[in-house]
Amino acid sequence: MGRKAKYDEKQKKGKGRKSRVQPAPQLPKQLKAKEDAKKLSRNQVKRLKKRQLKSSSKTDQAKQKRSPEEANSIDDREDGAQSSDDASGMDFENDSPRKGFTDENDSWLKPKQTSKRALFDDDADDDGVMDDDFDEDSRDPGSEASLEDEGTMRIEKQSKKILERRREDKELEEDELRDQADEQQKQKFSDYFRLPSESELENEKEVPLSVQAVHQRIKDILHVLADFSKRKEASRCRQDYVRQLILDLCSYYSYNAFLMERLFYLFSPTELSEYLEANQVPRPLTIRTNTLKTRRRELAQALLNRGVNLDPIGEWSKVGLVIYNSQVPIGATPEYLSGHYMLQGAASMLPVMALDPKENEKILDLCAAPGGKTSHIGALMKNTGVLFANDSQPDRCKAVIANLHRLGVTNAVVSTMDGRKFTKVMTGFDRVLVDAPCSGSGVVSKDEHVKTSKDEKDILRCSHLQKELLLAAIDCVDSNSSAGFVVYSTCSVLPEENECVIDYALKHRHVEIVDSSLKFGREGLPRYREHRFNPNMNLARRFYPHTHNMEGFFVCKLKKLANGNANNDGKGGEK
Amino acid sequence: MRPLTDDETKAVLGKVDKFIGSSVKLLVDREDGTYCFRIQKDRVFYISEKVLKVACNVPRAQLLMMGVCFGKFTKTGKFRLQVTALDQIAPYAKAKIWLKPSAEQQFLYGHNVLKGGVSRLSENVEKYQGIIVYNMNDVPIGFGVAAKSTQECRNADPMTIVVFHQADVGEYLRCEDSLL
Repeated sequence: MGRKAKYDEKQKKGKGRKSRVQPAPQLPKQLKAKEDAKKLSRNQVKRLKKRQLKSSSKTDQAKQKRSPEEANSIDDREDGAQSSDDASGMDFENDSPRKGFTDENDSWLKPKQTSKRALFDDDADDDGVMDDDFDEDSRDPGSEASLEDEGTMRIEKQSKKILERRREDKELEEDELRDQADEQQKQKFSDYFRLPSESELENEKEVPLSVQAVHQRIKDILHVLADFSKRKEASRCRQDYVRQLILDLCSYYSYNAFLMERLFYLFSPTELSEYLEANQVPRPLTIRTNTLKTRRRELAQALLNRGVNLDPIGEWSKVGLVIYNSQVPIGATPEYLSGHYMLQGAASMLPVMALDPKENEKILDLCAAPGGKTSHIGALMKNTGVLFANDSQPDRCKAVIANLHRLGVTNAVVSTMDGRKFTKVMTGFDRVLVDAPCSGSGVVSKDEHVKTSKDEKDILRCSHLQKELLLAAIDCVDSNSSAGFVVYSTCSVLPEENECVIDYALKHRHVEIVDSSLKFGREGLPRYREHRFNPNMNLARRFYPHTHNMEGFFVCKLKKLANGNANNDGKGGEK
Repeated sequence: MRPLTDDETKAVLGKVDKFIGSSVKLLVDREDGTYCFRIQKDRVFYISEKVLKVACNVPRAQLLMMGVCFGKFTKTGKFRLQVTALDQIAPYAKAKIWLKPSAEQQFLYGHNVLKGGVSRLSENVEKYQGIIVYNMNDVPIGFGVAAKSTQECRNADPMTIVVFHQADVGEYLRCEDSLL
């Protein structure tokens, strides 16, 4: 019943207050970049303009002395200086306030900018380079006009050199980019992932890979399997990949090979990894309100007052509550002790909802322990009619008895006998619930033991017992009653324990699958490997941890049509 | 499974009588049919006759419980009322006592009730009368025997015992195995 589990307050998520990130340090004013400096005031701007006007008039005067061609080029330069802030190497002939470098480095070395020029150009230096390129191009025709001039010739040569070098650079860059893209393409589709060879696998046996490496390989194989024909290695077949994937999943999630193989048949590779991942984390703690003693709203209020953080479980249930965290042990509050609620997984409410017990009926719960579902049935019957609870183990029946008393169910009869022989004790029930013992492959998050302890034999043994129990349950039901329903449920996800068992019952008894009135859940499998099941199997419901955030579960509702066996048409075989 | 003998009936009803007085009749003749007492492996069960009829089908060895268990006979022939009977006798209770939350916790651990933990006490409780213990939300949490009458309680100091503990709902956790 889970009350020995630890329900202490959950650990807080996140890094906590002390690890809060320190903000970036505040730089002192003098260290800040010049661009960030204070904007010039209006007067300063005026003064600056005046100063520039003065200097330009000065250059105008100088222009008068020079040849008109040269003056033309200077005008161009000044325009250029307004759009781009680069003083390129050609400035060195002019008497401008900024001088370029005059040694052999002049082609690339540029004088430092002054802060005031930022007024005219806010672009960063990097953009300036490109602008410069463009400016020089535009300047070319202007300078071509003055071919005779020696100074301009030199400038032109230099600029041509620069242009050429840039072009080369660009080409190289493009080549490099193309190469990279090709490589990426290749990585994506062919050489991206390589399966380990046999010798590598041998090595791995001696020196196991790190967990991270295995995880990466799982991801890689999943990626390859997602688009196999394009991404596979030429010499490898799908089975190689699958074999390696199963091996890796087994070692990463510590399952045994048998169970992993069965799960692999059931799920697609991507879904399988989701399922396994969901099994690593526990499901939320849920409780069911006991409607015999209280109402959900009152219970929620009482628990809130005790410092329990809770919410309704969802649209589908009127009695379920999900507990987020709690300052008190949920399995020992005075409300729990006086029977106001029951600790019960969300999935465990589904079979009873499918069974849909009515008042004044005779109902049997064939495998009752620990009494969660039984007490749920009792609550829905409102202590009218008769409720039989049976479990084969006397020790486990003690929990049933204690729970039924605590929750105030007064119409119950608890017996301990082999469920397969219950027909000898009594038949003629209106509804029977068979929550059969199973391998527990759906409740791995609750019991890690399942991962490694199950093998082929266990599944067969479970399956056999389940078939016998289901047939006994069907025999217990009276087909002439107004109801005549059997609900079969397991906490396993394997079709061997679910669909196969139902299929067996359909073949041997006069029953049919009916809608279980559960609004959600995956449909039952109409086929599985070599099996082809009844087409009505889609009325059965499957629940998975990764899709519904509850334990893996299977629920199927059967309606009994006639008494007797189906194949020999003995006593009541008429249909 | 068999009906109770006269002596056994006397023992059981005598115990129940301490808590609910003449209401025992109401316990047997109810609106939803007649209820009766049956004994099975020293345990006394209180059960509707309808349920009893079908419960007879189950072999005696395999039958563990039916209806509600009221208590059990000890080897010396005395009858012990168990906490499982609480839900049945609480509605007819004559003497009631309400506990403060702090005392409620103590009582659920199986301790006697001290005067300091009492919030309310019904009038005219006699000494050694059976008394049902409630918490402040009016939920029955157990029963016991009054150690003092209401009058004596008024003048008692906070550390005196008011109710001797007999059974409380904490037993569902503490002794689940020995309950039945």
